Amino acid sequence: MLKLPLKIVNEDPLVLQGKIYLDYAYYVGPIATRFFTDLRDRGKFFGIRCGECGITYMPPRGTCGRCFGKLEEWVEVAPQGTVISHTITYYPSVCHPVKEPIVYAIVKLDGADTGLIHMLGDVEPSEAYSGMRVEAVFKEKREGNILDIKYFKPLR
Amino acid sequence: MGKRVGIVAVYQTKYEESKPYLHIHDLAYEPIKEILKISGLKFVGDGTGIDAAIGASQDHWDGYAISSKLYQDQIGGHLRPESRVRGDGAVAVFYAAMSILSGHYDTIIVLALAKESQVDGRLVESFGFEPNYTRMLGLDFLSAAALQAQNYIDKYGISPEQAALVVVKNRRNARFNPVAQAPADIEVQDVLNSPMLSSPLRELDTKPTSEGACTLILSTEEKVKKWTSKPVWIEGVGSCYDSSFLGDRELAEPRSLTSAALQAYRMAGISDPKKEIDVFELSEYTSYQELLWAEGLGLCEKGDGGKLVQSGATEIGGEVPINPSGGLLSGVPVNVAGADRVIEAVLQLRGEAQGCQVEGAKVALAHGTMGPCGQFHQIIVLRRGY
Ligand SMILES: [Zn+2]
Repeated sequence: MLKLPLKIVNEDPLVLQGKIYLDYAYYVGPIATRFFTDLRDRGKFFGIRCGECGITYMPPRGTCGRCFGKLEEWVEVAPQGTVISHTITYYPSVCHPVKEPIVYAIVKLDGADTGLIHMLGDVEPSEAYSGMRVEAVFKEKREGNILDIKYFKPLR
Repeated sequence: MGKRVGIVAVYQTKYEESKPYLHIHDLAYEPIKEILKISGLKFVGDGTGIDAAIGASQDHWDGYAISSKLYQDQIGGHLRPESRVRGDGAVAVFYAAMSILSGHYDTIIVLALAKESQVDGRLVESFGFEPNYTRMLGLDFLSAAALQAQNYIDKYGISPEQAALVVVKNRRNARFNPVAQAPADIEVQDVLNSPMLSSPLRELDTKPTSEGACTLILSTEEKVKKWTSKPVWIEGVGSCYDSSFLGDRELAEPRSLTSAALQAYRMAGISDPKKEIDVFELSEYTSYQELLWAEGLGLCEKGDGGKLVQSGATEIGGEVPINPSGGLLSGVPVNVAGADRVIEAVLQLRGEAQGCQVEGAKVALAHGTMGPCGQFHQIIVLRRGY
């Protein structure tokens, strides 16, 4: 049984320390299943294209927000791309997957029309810039999630 | 709008970094008790008082499922109608106006509140990202806003000094606002010397942690005229969402803001917002956002937000005063932010904005936003009715 994580941590003012425990099993759905399977097993990026709007979405999703069309046309996109924007994050957070400073970036992969959010690595943070050409570096042991991409490194 | 909805009364608590002695229902009680006193109205369903209540809050921020239960009794929800907007208070004002226009209710009380210091806000924000592709990266609304600010700099050459001018203006304006959390007589260099959080955003470029609550009472034209000698009318409303995938959006082009604003301008009969709107109260979670929002509202050309603040146009005495109250950068809680913008707009239109009064203000625009980098925007245009 889960012990309710509530305890008094201060007397004046009286403060009750709590925590909300909610374990989720998110079903990623057929689109993300295929995306992560290709990423994990073949190290390949597949976007999904709306023929009506002429847009290749990255990351892929099941419907087009613009025309409400069901998306089914898978398109391989390159593991290389261009940094659209970036930031060097210095403050700590329990959410961060790696130690700060983290260089977050929006990367538009070659062949895709929308940007993928990820991190940059193998680069001095101060040397990252928008417009920089980058390439995906994969984790050696991949599990089928977005962190199977270790980061994007500068294309040299 | 055929019929009109107006504001009967408004009330704000003082905004503070933390109110450690108050439970959420204590926080709710003050602005409700005070607005009932000011308006002389009661929670009665016979048409002579407040017919229904709408709260604005978020479960993750409050640490409680359907967290409006935390203030249900204070807001008059005991055996009476009460509903809740998940998120920004400007949307609660919008829903209240729609409920009244529908004819179902005449008079509605709106409460918005947050106790940000109770929880790690960055963690709460991280839940705002979808789990498949984004959440594991640990992004929050601050690092996302930094991606937006950098994109804005790259695209239009906005400088950190220009963004810092927004902070200087707003924190100085806050000196005249009795409820402001963090008034300060600061200089550009103070902003540029503050710690870098996520480039290009420094500590002073961002909204501080804040707690507080505010209330408004809205009613029909007939009742507003009966209950106050200083009616303020809601003349135009508009709202719009952009894509939930950050990488789908042009972060330096707030197109959902423009769409929301155009809806509100059309409804209010405004063709030139720069000339026809006297004061703007915007939800700027970062300094750069105030510049971007000004562009999105059509107050200057795209990319000219930096020049706009440099020109002094957004000062209290300028052509398009923005955030004479001090705005979010001077400390207003999440969820409260948009409702508080409406209240500051109402105070301006009533000539009650004290030291931050824009002389002769007749038309005001209030703005709320939700989601990372201004994904959703709510616009409310108000006009002085006396
Ligand atoms: Zn489409």
